[in-house]
Amino acid sequence: MSFVYSAPGQVPTGPQLITGRFDIADGHTFEGYVRTGGYVALRKALASMTPQQVHDEVKTAEIQGRGGAGFLAATKWGFLPAEVHPRYLVVNGDESEPGTYKDRLLMELDPHQLIEGILLASYAINAAQAFLYVRGEMALAQERLAKALNDAYANNIVGRNICGSQFSLDITLTWGAGAYIVGEETALIESLEGQRGMPRLKPPYFPAVKGLYMQPTIVNNVETLANLPAIVNSGGNAFKVLGAPTSTGMRMFSVSGHVNRPGVFEVPNGVTTFRMLFEAPEYCGGVRNGGTVKAFIPGGASAMWFFDEHLDMALDKPTVDKAGSMLGSGAIVVMDQTTDMVAACWRIVRFFARESCGKCTPCREGTTWLEQVLRRILDGQGRSEDIELLFEISESISPGIAWPPIQTTICPLGPSAVSPIASAVRRFRPEFEHYIAHGRPADGIEDVLQPEGVIANV
Amino acid sequence: MSRLSDANVAIAKEIIARFPRARSAMIPLLHLAQEQDGHVSNEAMVHIGELLGVTSADVYGTASFYEMFKFEPIGKYCINICTNISCHLVGSWNLLHHAEATLGIKAGSTTTDGMFTLEDVECIAACTEAPAIQVNYRYRYKVTPANFDQLIDDLRSGQVDDEIPPFGKLSRIRQRTTDAWSNKGIQSQGTVDER
Repeated sequence: MSFVYSAPGQVPTGPQLITGRFDIADGHTFEGYVRTGGYVALRKALASMTPQQVHDEVKTAEIQGRGGAGFLAATKWGFLPAEVHPRYLVVNGDESEPGTYKDRLLMELDPHQLIEGILLASYAINAAQAFLYVRGEMALAQERLAKALNDAYANNIVGRNICGSQFSLDITLTWGAGAYIVGEETALIESLEGQRGMPRLKPPYFPAVKGLYMQPTIVNNVETLANLPAIVNSGGNAFKVLGAPTSTGMRMFSVSGHVNRPGVFEVPNGVTTFRMLFEAPEYCGGVRNGGTVKAFIPGGASAMWFFDEHLDMALDKPTVDKAGSMLGSGAIVVMDQTTDMVAACWRIVRFFARESCGKCTPCREGTTWLEQVLRRILDGQGRSEDIELLFEISESISPGIAWPPIQTTICPLGPSAVSPIASAVRRFRPEFEHYIAHGRPADGIEDVLQPEGVIANV
Repeated sequence: MSRLSDANVAIAKEIIARFPRARSAMIPLLHLAQEQDGHVSNEAMVHIGELLGVTSADVYGTASFYEMFKFEPIGKYCINICTNISCHLVGSWNLLHHAEATLGIKAGSTTTDGMFTLEDVECIAACTEAPAIQVNYRYRYKVTPANFDQLIDDLRSGQVDDEIPPFGKLSRIRQRTTDAWSNKGIQSQGTVDER
């Protein structure tokens, strides 16, 4: 494996650690996977490494979880209480944060890589049972994973005495049925127990201690697990040096919105800048129609928005955190100078209003109210006091409207609805005032909702 | 509309056995019922309750949380148009309004011939391929009004039947439990729910 370092200002490049099979026609099959180096890491681990040694390599790699929170994977594993069994690995394949498009590709195009990652993680944490929870709406991913698991079982890769070793693991494939909140780990566990997908309070229900069936449970994201074969094959240190010391390895980002070539890119973590992703010909090739960036979302709909002054920032977790947002699930959405900020803000708030599970009052009532106020502005019924009202409601959901948000709720969904308000209204207040006064966007702003107007049902 | 068929009960039992607790099979069994009938019928929910050892009210109470379960018949093809932010920015509303005009219905309803249900949905993880849609959870990328109309023609004439099964059918491949299963993690589950 070759590692390429970049000089400042140059576009950094690196190996395709986890996307390498995307262009191989049969990369998703057992034969294609094995032919291209698949299950070598598993055999290596089972033959020559203890579970603790696998854990140690992942610790050395310092891989941050790719699901959103960015917590160190090895540290999370370390929270498992010793000698408490049974314990479970739960794979979060419920990718649904708006703007996020990577886990589905990993499941559809390289399902065996994910399975190998599940095997390595389960070996490291001494789990005998894993649950692979895929989003309900992803039919092809379900088919590819079902086929891959059946083939893996038939080849002694999953199941009893794997590859002739003492290690046994079953992987139960299951999927959801349409609920964004189930991507939250405790809600996913509830759903796996056959319940409505409502989050649990932490503490006491930290999954590592009281998770699935109240047993110790590790919930890992698909992309995190997909990196494990590479980490075990080449060593944690070889992975670590691919990125920045504070954001290690390679990482997948999906860049969508107003760029010439939206795409999913695996880039060196922590060193690539937003500007490089947006402008470099090997990535997005610039803003559409030669335009400029008015705002962009750096890490999914829950994140605070960034603006042109953030373009030269590296996609480095602590740097982005310090600037008041997050890289989240690697979902970057670019909005050019013609974007209607009132409509964009409304659309994201509407998402949270629709997806609130209803358990906590500030979220259930607050997100719905925010959506209604924004919708009436778009409908030409805005009132002069509406902007202050938006802030007032936001304060009730998340006091201080700060980042990271203060929670009045069990999970972060409610406070996430405050991010687009805080971002768009603070930065583009005159646009909201114009809309309230005139019932339409200002000149030069594209009215994407017209001519029919806003769909009324939340 | 009916209880699960004998063949589906056999599948249901195989699914239940892959979990330490029967109730965990709730969502998979609801999908099985929807696959059988095109929606989740009352009779099927009663049957699922019997299989899992819970009341039918509990089954419905759980199922109603999840967007994908339909409790009355919908179209043979459920067309989901994503209007979330990445699609919103590049024409999804225009596409949705076009779809409403083509099908002669509003989002959230079904054509009178029972062929199409139209929905305006949240992010479907195809953000770089916006505007994106799904037909029975199979993707179409960068959809224009023109190729939307072509898709409707193809669906009506049965040209994409091989790729897109009728509503209710998700994965056409099932996970199978074989002799290779260890069942170690399933059998060792024995603690009482503390909540």
